[in-house]
Amino acid sequence: MTISEKLPMQRRDFLKSSSALGVALVVGFNTRGVLALQGSETATDFNPFVKINADGSVTIIAKHFEMGQGTSTGLTTLIAEELDVPWDDVSVEFAPSNNELYKNLAFGSQGTGGSSAISNSFIQYRQAGAAAKDCLVQAAAKHFDVNVADVKMSQGVLTSGDKKAMVSELVEVAATMTPAEKPVLKEASQFTLIGAESLPRKDSSDKTTGKAMFAMDVKVPNMLYVTVLRSPKFGGQLKSFDASAASDINGFVDAKAMPNGSGVAVYAKSTWASVKARRAISAEWDDAAAESRGSEQMRAAYQELLAADPVYDASGTGKHAEIASAAASAKASVSAEFEFPLLAHAPMEPLNCVIEPAEDGGVLVHDGCQFPSITHPTVAAVLQIPPEKVAIKTYYAGGSFGRRANPTSDYHMEAAMAYALMGGSHAIKLVWMREDDLAGGYYRPMAAHKATIGIGEDGKISGWAHQTAAQSIAKGTPFEQMLVHNGIDHFSVEGIVDTPYKINNMSVGLSDYESPMRVLWWRSVGHTHTAYAMEVLMDMAAEAAAADPVEFRLAHLDMADKDNERLAGVLKLAAEKAGWDGKQMAGKGRGVAVHKSFNSFVALVADVSTDAAGAVSVDNITCAVDCGLAVNPDVIRAQMEGSIGYGLGAIMRNEVTLTDGVVDQANFPQYEPLRITDMPNIDVHIVASAEPPTGVGEPGTPPTGPAVANAIFAANGMRITTLPMTRGGVKFA
Amino acid sequence: MALTIKINGESREIEADSDTPLLWVIRDELNLTGTKFGCGVAACGACTVHIDGQPRRSCVTPVSVVGDAEITTIDSINTPEAVAVQTAWQELDVVQCGYCQSGQIMSAIGLLSENKKPSDGDIDTYMGGNACRCATYHRIRAAIHRAADILEA
Repeated sequence: MTISEKLPMQRRDFLKSSSALGVALVVGFNTRGVLALQGSETATDFNPFVKINADGSVTIIAKHFEMGQGTSTGLTTLIAEELDVPWDDVSVEFAPSNNELYKNLAFGSQGTGGSSAISNSFIQYRQAGAAAKDCLVQAAAKHFDVNVADVKMSQGVLTSGDKKAMVSELVEVAATMTPAEKPVLKEASQFTLIGAESLPRKDSSDKTTGKAMFAMDVKVPNMLYVTVLRSPKFGGQLKSFDASAASDINGFVDAKAMPNGSGVAVYAKSTWASVKARRAISAEWDDAAAESRGSEQMRAAYQELLAADPVYDASGTGKHAEIASAAASAKASVSAEFEFPLLAHAPMEPLNCVIEPAEDGGVLVHDGCQFPSITHPTVAAVLQIPPEKVAIKTYYAGGSFGRRANPTSDYHMEAAMAYALMGGSHAIKLVWMREDDLAGGYYRPMAAHKATIGIGEDGKISGWAHQTAAQSIAKGTPFEQMLVHNGIDHFSVEGIVDTPYKINNMSVGLSDYESPMRVLWWRSVGHTHTAYAMEVLMDMAAEAAAADPVEFRLAHLDMADKDNERLAGVLKLAAEKAGWDGKQMAGKGRGVAVHKSFNSFVALVADVSTDAAGAVSVDNITCAVDCGLAVNPDVIRAQMEGSIGYGLGAIMRNEVTLTDGVVDQANFPQYEPLRITDMPNIDVHIVASAEPPTGVGEPGTPPTGPAVANAIFAANGMRITTLPMTRGGVKFA
Repeated sequence: MALTIKINGESREIEADSDTPLLWVIRDELNLTGTKFGCGVAACGACTVHIDGQPRRSCVTPVSVVGDAEITTIDSINTPEAVAVQTAWQELDVVQCGYCQSGQIMSAIGLLSENKKPSDGDIDTYMGGNACRCATYHRIRAAIHRAADILEA
């Protein structure tokens, strides 16, 4: 089964809600890409993004889920802008699972990731809004008995001369109109919502009053709560289990072996009863194929990979050894090795979903669903039912950072197995405890880097030999075909092989680390480690060249290259806003890093201070971001703040370690999240741009680690090349 | 065992083992889902409720110890501090994923009930136990100052 496998259309949920509202105007695209309009249940192949209800209120259908990144606000902005309706009149519904109709245009399948929601929807959602407006305008022209060109619409009111009508008065007639095939979109100068500073988030009210619904909050009739007793080691197989001690626990219902040997599903009448029963169950595991190494052995294996010649030549120079040797014997040279740990995503809402039986013999999955295009066929395959018998209802997701989107749809698969084991007699709610989350795999892979950089007579980099070892995220998954070329998983080397810097004689080698333990993208994927290595190395190279870190970076950017110009733009802006002057102050340090990821450019200047005992505080971070046209400036600022914080907590002290294959970190006290006490002040500056919008959910994370590392070096002379920094010897205040 | 607890101004009959954390009674039995489960070990604060006006971690509070104390959850809290905090949170668009925010807000209400004009340091100390993986801390600080201003006005 591949992610691009097409699923039959699923319109029933939409039609139900539409018909319940009486007259509703529905606008979207049919399969030929032409705008189509339908006002009844007889429609055949539309793809609705906009519903205008009989009362004139508007519902936009979000094809991307909301994990906090602001898409429900962003997608609404795009439609409301072109539709010219008041912001407060628009509400959001999450799209049902339909891989054809709601595909991410960047992937070709329905899913959210890669910081792509706004960029791939930017034209599509605006067209949907403009098409709806076009029908309303036609209806108004008929109603007023004037030419279409004489009708104006603003803030949900249609006028012509002194004639005036509200959207609600026109919906019924508008539903009979055919919109223009290519509705005219506004010029940027006409925008009133796109780029607006004070547009309240659509999810703010419900998320501050406890009303927002997450999958964790779903309760349906006849529902059992399920936790799963899993192998303590990755890849361990269940041999046997004994649930006799659970039988006295109030609310315990049953315990069953998962059909794939992955564990024991523990059914109960409440979450707590399931947790208690799980504790009482003992199990025997077959660890023959399991990962039984500890972190020290894994680290040694990475060192061995770096000590040997790289297996893959990711940059295609064919001259890795020559470049390394030339760099080492240049006028000045720098070399360093880096180690990066496993990281858990640890979203606040532990993984969970509900599967309930549907009237048609199928199922309804309640989930904060990130990749319906994987979850949908996975659930169908486990339950051995046709895909059209599976429907997914998407809720707010309590974070993801990549964890919910994985190639096996792991927690949905568990839930489907648990559902099937009861023969579909009950709805089931699968709940992971925090311990399950931290020990649950699909981590950011460990990675190690080694580089030798030569500095030439001109003070610029004359050669850069870089070698990376990482466990491949894409290999062995349905994404392999798309993302792995000539054996090279792009995720392992992105941010290095495609660095915007103009570096002569750069060679990038790669070797894969292998383990039965599964790894996954984690907010900004390969950039999580490659940006750290690149930007600490750039600082080391600047030091070797006796150059200012900002000037040195600028000297390796070519203003004739658009990407380089944008990278230089954020670098200069961050330096200017931070007041970068290259001066040193006792007890303080300032560091810079700049990185391109997800087609956006982010530069950070970090200010740290050290106390009398040498403990480090991260005080301020000045951020400059160029993400093209800023659709929602405040969401962009929030994403920069959040992605910087996410990166900061990880580089400070987070790591998943193993002892004999068993994860050492049980819960948050052992995987201490960033706290308010750690949070620096953050100033975000957005570059004004007319370029198409690009990602903002992830690009703030990559430069965070190296900016802080470079600041710490400036403060106390420590070059931190082993993460987390606490392992690398840093004490934080 | 059968118990009666006072929650959100009502007396509710519940059936639960004495060791059941209040959190799961609130969520699974009473269907008050604004209070969240995040860790189960009082390390993240997502489950924060007020017991007799004091913020408490409901995930480690056995239901049997609550007695006849008044429990208040995010679903119905409406003190002046609560209104100010929720207003400030909305004005500054603090939330991202939102899952921790019920707990953040319940803690912030507790802080402002004790300290009308908290400093950054007071905020960090009081709110240090409430984790936010989206790292909305920067805005949480600002929103607590804003709520203090609203209360003062």
